[in-house]
Amino acid sequence: MSALLDVENLRVTFPTRTGLIEAVRGVSFSLGRERLGIVGESGSGKSQTGRAIMGLTPPQAEVTARTLAFDGIDLLAASPRDRRALRGKRIAMILQDPKYSLDPVMSIGRQIVETLRTHERVSRAEARDRAFAMLEAVQIRDPSRVFDLHPHEVSGGMGQRAMIAMMLIAGPEMMIADEPTSALDVTVQLDVLGILDRLVSERGMGLIFISHDLRLVSSFCDRVIVMYAGKVVEQLKASELGRAQHPYTRGLLNCMPKIGTDRHPLPVLDRKPEWAA
Amino acid sequence: MTSALSIDRLEVIFDRFRALKGVSLEVQSGESFGLVGESGSGKSTLLRAIAGLAPAASGTITVNGKKLGVRRDKAFYREVQMVFQDPYGSLHPRQTVDRLLQEPLAIHGFADGEKRIIRALDEVGLGTGFRFRYAHQLSGGQRQRVAIARALILEPSILLLDEPTSALDASVQAEVLNLLEEVRRRRKLTFLMVSHDLAIITHMCERLMVMQNGEAVENLTADDLVQRHVTKDYTRNLLRASDGFVRA
Repeated sequence: MSALLDVENLRVTFPTRTGLIEAVRGVSFSLGRERLGIVGESGSGKSQTGRAIMGLTPPQAEVTARTLAFDGIDLLAASPRDRRALRGKRIAMILQDPKYSLDPVMSIGRQIVETLRTHERVSRAEARDRAFAMLEAVQIRDPSRVFDLHPHEVSGGMGQRAMIAMMLIAGPEMMIADEPTSALDVTVQLDVLGILDRLVSERGMGLIFISHDLRLVSSFCDRVIVMYAGKVVEQLKASELGRAQHPYTRGLLNCMPKIGTDRHPLPVLDRKPEWAA
Repeated sequence: MTSALSIDRLEVIFDRFRALKGVSLEVQSGESFGLVGESGSGKSTLLRAIAGLAPAASGTITVNGKKLGVRRDKAFYREVQMVFQDPYGSLHPRQTVDRLLQEPLAIHGFADGEKRIIRALDEVGLGTGFRFRYAHQLSGGQRQRVAIARALILEPSILLLDEPTSALDASVQAEVLNLLEEVRRRRKLTFLMVSHDLAIITHMCERLMVMQNGEAVENLTADDLVQRHVTKDYTRNLLRASDGFVRA
């Protein structure tokens, strides 16, 4: 299997008043046409890993890597222009909360059309038709109505579907989803995940699913990377999560309350300094 | 057993929107009661209406046998305190922890502030080292501990908990839930807890009410939920959703 994405020794460093903060410290993995989960707590560097791949690291931060290649293209050596061409076209990203990640003063339809026409030369009418088709693909029942709505007029679940539609319309080969369902209600969460799952497998895309919820990720992904303090502490198949070796992974699994188990008090993580070493 | 909190056909109306449509509820003294539902189900509004933060259009709220009027008096807040969802928004950013904890003491005219602050910080596992720090110098879990200390410092008998851990990481959530259980046991508190997470509610509460669109769907015991003895489809859906994603 030739890898879609190769990451080797990725580092993201932020300069601060009190010195350098290393948010990502030597992360390596590769992604094929599969679903890969990246799990960790806040501050573990999981989002910064996704953003570095997408090229959305804030300008003051420094990104280095031995390899950071998408389909053979060296992302760190690519010009801003080349990266712009990739971003949205071949690599797409879904963010956590549609309330903040959609443009509030633009109708949903126009935002979707904008993405498409940035990357492809299509007529206005064709762009509109494709946007309708895409909205239908994310199970929005009345695409022509939603097309003209603004983000504040739709629910969170609907907004996130619109976001998925927007990200998929240019036909990307790889998608980074950063906590795509954390802002949604549990039942809506499953609908959105179902849509994402179907589209990703139908189109044979590679997916990086970033989340703090280890159990959700393991039910959705093929493979899971567990991050702690900017490093990968464990990589394993989602189906083998029960056999996780690292105490951090096990701690994360154990500390969540579960229906049907009666554990008082809940086990808590006993953080060891050597995990971050 | 006496009832700590009794709510009868409570209505809350915002402009013309009926956020609560005649909800009734009975919480016994010393009990931990859960409210679950999706966003917009009215679970937080119910909590806020009890605390006096949302206007009750009709219906009655009775706390420890005393019927509440439109305005809440000081004695009410000695009995009932609330912990909010977002520890980043509920602590004053320009006040030290000490100042934050002094506020309720000053309002209620306590003389032994010093002692109470030290004890409250100890109780939530922070220690006096945190006393003169600002909220931005604390992590999310530590902030929520401060918010709990602030609620406990007046020695209330009822705590209203509005998604107290949903802004926290799973491991920190476990610590805060353990802390809440511990203070409840030690002080024999009554909890009314809102969460969208069924697992947290079954872990923390003995009984619960499922809500949807401002109405009660059904009342269950935590045991019913564990055994999956539920009668309404809505609850069944919530249960299925909390099992995680299943590939079709």
